[in-house]
Amino acid sequence: MAEESKPLVPPTPEGEKKPAAEKPAAAPATASPAAPAKPPAPPATAKPAAPAKPTGPVPLPWTSPLVEKYRRQYGSGIDALTYLGQNYLNVDRSLIPDILRLLRDEEQFDYCVDITAVHYPKRERQFDVVWILYSFPRNERLRVKTQIADGASIPSVVSIWPTANWLEREVYDMFGIQFDGHPDLKRILLPDGWKGHPLRKDYGILQQDKEWVQVNLGIESGQ
Amino acid sequence: MKDSMDELSNGAVSHLDLETPEKPYLDANELIINMGPQHPATHGVLRVILKLDGEKVLGTECVIGYLHRGVEKIAENRTYTMFNPYVDRMDYVAAVSNGLGYCEAVEKLLNVEAPPRAQYIRVVLTELNRIASHQLWLGTHALDIGAMTPLFYTFRDREEILKIFERYCGARLTTHAFRIGGCQYETYAGFEKDVKNFLAFFPPKIDEYEALLTSNRIWLERTKNVGVISGKDCIALGVTGPVLRASGVKWDLRKAQPYAAYSKFDFEIPVGENGDTYDRYMVRMIEMRQSLRIIEQAVNGIPEGPIMGKVPKVIKPPVGEIYHSIEAPKGELGYFIVSDGSTQPYRVRVRPPSFVNLQALDIMVRGMLVADVVAVIGTLDIVLGEVDR
Amino acid sequence: MLNAFMSYLGSTVPPGNADNQLWALIYVLIIFAGVSLAVVAMNWIERKALAHFQIRLGPMRVGPHGLLQPIADALKLMLKEDIIPAQADAVVFWVAPLIGLLAAFTVYTVIPFGPSQAVSDMNIGILFMLGVSSLGVLGIITAGWASNSHYPLIGALRSSAQMVSYEVAMGLAIVSALLMTSLNRTGTGTLSMIGIVEAQQQQGVWFIFKFFPLGLIAFVIFAIAMIAETNRAPFDLPEAESELTAGFHTEYSGLRWSLFMLGEYAAMIAVSSIAVTLWLGGWMRPFPNLLTGSAWDFIFSLFPGLTFAGLAAIAFIGTARMPAQAYFRIQRIGLAVFAALLGLIALLLLAIAVAGRTNDASIAGRFREGIDYVYWFVLKVAVFMYLFIWYRATWPRYRFDQLMRVGWKVMLPISLGVLILTAIVGVLIS
Repeated sequence: MAEESKPLVPPTPEGEKKPAAEKPAAAPATASPAAPAKPPAPPATAKPAAPAKPTGPVPLPWTSPLVEKYRRQYGSGIDALTYLGQNYLNVDRSLIPDILRLLRDEEQFDYCVDITAVHYPKRERQFDVVWILYSFPRNERLRVKTQIADGASIPSVVSIWPTANWLEREVYDMFGIQFDGHPDLKRILLPDGWKGHPLRKDYGILQQDKEWVQVNLGIESGQ
Repeated sequence: MKDSMDELSNGAVSHLDLETPEKPYLDANELIINMGPQHPATHGVLRVILKLDGEKVLGTECVIGYLHRGVEKIAENRTYTMFNPYVDRMDYVAAVSNGLGYCEAVEKLLNVEAPPRAQYIRVVLTELNRIASHQLWLGTHALDIGAMTPLFYTFRDREEILKIFERYCGARLTTHAFRIGGCQYETYAGFEKDVKNFLAFFPPKIDEYEALLTSNRIWLERTKNVGVISGKDCIALGVTGPVLRASGVKWDLRKAQPYAAYSKFDFEIPVGENGDTYDRYMVRMIEMRQSLRIIEQAVNGIPEGPIMGKVPKVIKPPVGEIYHSIEAPKGELGYFIVSDGSTQPYRVRVRPPSFVNLQALDIMVRGMLVADVVAVIGTLDIVLGEVDR
Repeated sequence: MLNAFMSYLGSTVPPGNADNQLWALIYVLIIFAGVSLAVVAMNWIERKALAHFQIRLGPMRVGPHGLLQPIADALKLMLKEDIIPAQADAVVFWVAPLIGLLAAFTVYTVIPFGPSQAVSDMNIGILFMLGVSSLGVLGIITAGWASNSHYPLIGALRSSAQMVSYEVAMGLAIVSALLMTSLNRTGTGTLSMIGIVEAQQQQGVWFIFKFFPLGLIAFVIFAIAMIAETNRAPFDLPEAESELTAGFHTEYSGLRWSLFMLGEYAAMIAVSSIAVTLWLGGWMRPFPNLLTGSAWDFIFSLFPGLTFAGLAAIAFIGTARMPAQAYFRIQRIGLAVFAALLGLIALLLLAIAVAGRTNDASIAGRFREGIDYVYWFVLKVAVFMYLFIWYRATWPRYRFDQLMRVGWKVMLPISLGVLILTAIVGVLIS
């Protein structure tokens, strides 16, 4: 989290007495057996993962005909995992347009629910780009993720799912990720003259005060 | 599917070439007019740039973001619990649905489930909210098409729903009705009676709306074959909700991937045939009746038991990510939440139905008249608070 | 002087025809004041009626039941800043509302409120009326053009297209009514507004019921066309607020805007008057040929007074029903005064009716007659005005192409057919 934005978050009372709060935080793992077994995996697997950190379930390898097929075709570029019953593929950046097109054409993932990104500033390849897909015939969801470095571009999927048009524009607007081949890549939610990309972790809220509110609105602070 | 998609993906979706060459004083060029952001029929602060040939629409471009508040950035600076009220401010017409989606997403991330009683209460309130949202849609949509009176009828009846909300949680619009893990409030004394009164009160009112509109000649002329979109185009453009169903795709998340307690209830999914404005109108009208059915089953079957699940005081989900979506009144409302194991979400992405549906405006109004643009904006049922977030 | 003033009172022709400029001027002033007052009243009634259609109360704050609201609105509009957009053509912008207003008011010179209760009886009355009322579109076009803005321009274009296409059907419907006036011994019809009513009187039937259903169809076509002609819902495309913000008067505000409104309502009253004159027997009371005799005359002449008495009673009931709190005291007094005023008018009218019942030639008798004529005429027009409000509350708005289609493909053929059939039937009968 960016330094500038830290003071804006009022310290929560629970945060101060951290040792006490640690215990309830572990509750999900113990509570999950009581809950109806919606994701079947967690309880059993949480135990082995537990010793070091009392976290909840961890992502598990996921196998299916679909994964096998593409793994045979593309080799190690695909990593299939499942977490809390939701499947996702970690795909190498180089495979991106191909694998998405195949998913639509061959696997009937005809509906691109959402495209978004996550910023990990400490990683070398800073961005996770996420495509959330859904297949009407199979009634199945799938997430495709890839990692790219800051400044790198990624092929646009507008030609695969037209709905990607605005979604990619929003990702560009918020993260500054370039989409190659997008018909009209420009800011969508923020004004054209905006500086920076707000959903990056190094973009603090106070920065916005300086660069936008003070200059354009002529007021001291928007806070 | 291929053809329509190629056409769509050729950059056709709301992309106008606005640079016109130096013009002579009088010419026969297209007229570019700016609809909004201050305009009576754009439902808030939507700005649509229209390229017209006389009254015929040659193309549109939506300019959005006037109501952008940075909800996703706010989420990263708040704890899970603190962010909960913010989601109400996105689709402020259906705040309960937003809250349901967010709470269920975090619950999934925590790997807990709300107890059955809480889930039933959630269903009752969410369906009431769906009706309220559709009522608002109907009133404003009719007003856009020029019928003033239905607006007041729908607001009169929406009041009854808002009264129930107010008695339940103290707020009428931005309710913040649910908490992560269940509900904070037990139902008030007389809750069930109020809901049942509403169940008896409302069906005649739907008949009243329909008497004004359904077989009205002018209404038929203004809505039939207006803003037609095929099921394939809907899927390609990611359009969901009543708009998708009116185009003949029988898909509703409440049935396809049931959440809360929806799998326990018996209801129908209305579908249209032509994908025009009239079908969308009919689909939503039937949906209101179906919602009543769900509410009736839910309110009669609210089980006894706790209303809060076993959720820690400090919400601290394990490292991981989750996507959870619900059928909001406007379409698929999804939350993609990434947790880094701290008390604050690392990233919250909202998949807003209005935002995605609005993309379809362009292909729906091309070749139609100015008056249809207004009708189609109304029929898409967008809420700018959710489009811009 | 007094003589010159009084000399006209015995006359049975309109002052314009009696060559009496003084009385013509007085009539013009009376009509101008009367129509302005009617517009103010219409404004209040429309807001109240529309509100009650829509389960609202409407204006309630300014005066008892919002009775003073139109006056407050007028004051507000007059005090508003007079804005002329920088890019507008200032002169045309300034003239446009006046054109509309003048066109709407000029029409009233030939509207017969009674056989002699008109400014003038022009022998081409209906033609004059059509010509002048269609000048109104000029005001709208110039307003739209002068604003130098897109929405007004589109509104103006819509308006001109709409008025032109509906005028055709309207004209044909009028012609079929005019044909009916020629069904007399001489076989000559008339274009005079008074002549048209008198023709209905002679033939003993309102033209709406003549050659049933031909008269009725012609009337319905006119009734539809006149809504389009005055740009009212469901044909209010030129000012469709949800599409064109406010259409041709988007850039207008304050006094100029109020002139447009005044013009619109005046035009509504004017076209309703045409309809009443042509099809509904103008100033004639119901069943003048069945319920004859001085007794029936007397009974019908009580109606104006009784109407006002009824209104006064409603106002009194309203006064009694007002909450007895101090907050409402002034409103209560105001409503009571208003009710008393209505009551006084009622008494006056009843007194005139009683005084003039025997002698038609006396001054009281002339007054009684005149009041009778004007009352029935205004009552019929008022029904139309109420319908205007009712339509607006009930129907969505047509789209432009649908409006054109209805005008050219439905209304025009039907009105042509009715015209031809009327002619054939007329020839066969005579």
